[in-house]
Amino acid sequence: MAQDKNTIVINPITRIEGHGKITVQLDEQGQVKSSRFHVTQFRGFEAFSEGRDFREMPVITPRICGICPVSHHLASAKACDAILGVTIPPTAHKLRELMHMAQFVQSHALSFFHLSSPDLLFGFDADPAVRNVAGLAKDFPELAVMGIGMRKFGQEIIKILGGKKVHPWHSIPGGVNRSLRVDERDALLKDLPGIKQNLKKALDLIKKYLADHDSVARGFATVETSYMGLVRDGALELFDGDIRLRSPRGRVTDEFADSEYYKHIGEHVEAWSYLKFPFYLPLGYPHGSYRVGPLARLNACDDISTPEASAELYAFRRTTADGVVHSTMYYHYARLIEILYGLERMEELLNDPDIIGSDLRVTSADLQPEGVGVVEAPRGTLIHHYRVNEKGAITDVNLIVATGHNNWAMNKGVDMVAREYIKGFDVTEGVLNRMEHVIRCYDPCLSCSTHAVGKMPLALEIQDAQGRTIRTLKKD
Amino acid sequence: MAKPKLASVWLEACAGCHMSFLDIDERIVDLIGKVDLTSTPITDIKEIPEVDVGVIEGGLGNEEEAHIARELRSKCKILIAWGDCAVFGGINCMRNFKSVDDVLKKGYVDTISTVNPEGVIPGGDVPALLKHAIPVDREVRVDVYVPGCPPDADTILYVFQEILQGRIPKVPSDKMRYD
Ligand code: SF4
Repeated sequence: MAQDKNTIVINPITRIEGHGKITVQLDEQGQVKSSRFHVTQFRGFEAFSEGRDFREMPVITPRICGICPVSHHLASAKACDAILGVTIPPTAHKLRELMHMAQFVQSHALSFFHLSSPDLLFGFDADPAVRNVAGLAKDFPELAVMGIGMRKFGQEIIKILGGKKVHPWHSIPGGVNRSLRVDERDALLKDLPGIKQNLKKALDLIKKYLADHDSVARGFATVETSYMGLVRDGALELFDGDIRLRSPRGRVTDEFADSEYYKHIGEHVEAWSYLKFPFYLPLGYPHGSYRVGPLARLNACDDISTPEASAELYAFRRTTADGVVHSTMYYHYARLIEILYGLERMEELLNDPDIIGSDLRVTSADLQPEGVGVVEAPRGTLIHHYRVNEKGAITDVNLIVATGHNNWAMNKGVDMVAREYIKGFDVTEGVLNRMEHVIRCYDPCLSCSTHAVGKMPLALEIQDAQGRTIRTLKKD
Repeated sequence: MAKPKLASVWLEACAGCHMSFLDIDERIVDLIGKVDLTSTPITDIKEIPEVDVGVIEGGLGNEEEAHIARELRSKCKILIAWGDCAVFGGINCMRNFKSVDDVLKKGYVDTISTVNPEGVIPGGDVPALLKHAIPVDREVRVDVYVPGCPPDADTILYVFQEILQGRIPKVPSDKMRYD
């Protein structure tokens, strides 16, 4: 083919949730000059929400992402509560948190079992035809069934409360629209222990994998960054807390109320990606870049409030000398510890008498001009911020989604792997898959990130020293 | 009979329709035994081969998506539009009340936390937006429509089972849903 031999393109990146491509530019000698991870979709939620009644937002915004619609549903509802200026009843708060835990379990299970485990179990260089969930079902049926069951458990809870598994409708401004019945609660409590057992098997598996592949796992796309996540009294928090940043050396840099986020976080724009680059304002871009998501949250917090996950957190931290874990592969490990927390927290919530209460909603006719709602989505901190006029019509929307925060680190990680593995013009499929796996570690949800982003099949494009595309590698 | 080959794509979409497909849960193991999943967002084959069934989640919002829709159409025998976005254009069409420039400016310049003094708007290395977000059949012919946001897992499974029986599926009233 008359294609130029210095540019590698991977498009689409598969087994990640959204649309993206990677380009690698080589110099005359075939050495890597630069690599970029581009997000190729934009949908425009900020613009088209203008003029809508703010009460519609918890139904509109989940369509940003079908993988974590619950996160958008809840962040949006919290922003709406702030516009109403109300504190929702305890039962409503706990039901929302229960749905949120269900979402963590299902989304993390999907990321680990359905999308990432094929790379770990079959190896990065395995035949692409088997390296997927179907291959998993065939060769590791026990694990596949476990993963499917775990995801199903989370999805069922979402359906009980919200009517359906994808794009449920449960939260409304000021509360929720349905209570939990006693028989529903009891059935969930009965299933929980089995799910937890399976999760522990998966934890053993990832620990063994990381120990067996220690040097690769530690080095793989590892970047030392700051970490951001919600905390409550210093402990890991997923639903409602303050935003904390911790430095690469382990010092708490900043902690602030979620409604003040815009005083601390800015977003940078590059012409080559639809995904913006958030950064910590006092340090500027790119120096103020940080990471979010499971690994970041476990680094940001002091402890976890539930006993079994707390014990796992300590074991996790003992894998490094100073207790801060930078290795990107450890995202998978952190993700499983968070499932454990999610299951334990669910158990606490289900055993709380409030959970079957019937005081579901408060309201108010007195609207505040703006409202911010922040939750930890499975992939990281999710921020919804709305402004309204006196009738409640939206005048301004700002959304910062989880994947966006990791944009800089994903780019950096891809570049590191490219430099390590690409030597010359002859690039194997396995190398491309490693670059994709960097992206997969972050489990990016590109649908979310450009609400905007939607699409993330990956292509790797190789460009020559002049920037001309010489080769496009799709994995087939 | 050889296993029917299937390719699926998500275009201007939220991935929810594919997630709803995964909600068929353990029945996926059986289904995978009967169909050959080629190029999909959950497998690693990047190039769409010639297939029997093509599935599109999502509408069309940029040049690349329109291109992929044409490519899949030319390579499949039966094309299924999956979910409200593919069938009607869905949530994406809300942007059609504004110009592309305004939508981009809002996203990349005007939002509260954006720091973009030079007003950089993505373009060049990323596909250009179409003037309007549109449903799939405004660009290519569609054989089967499965609405819902997303269609229920059981509905999706029903559609596949009909195809496996050699029938062009028609969604029955108890499984037909608009969201
Ligand atoms: S139809 Fe609904 S679930 Fe499917 S892609 Fe569109 S918004 Fe997502």
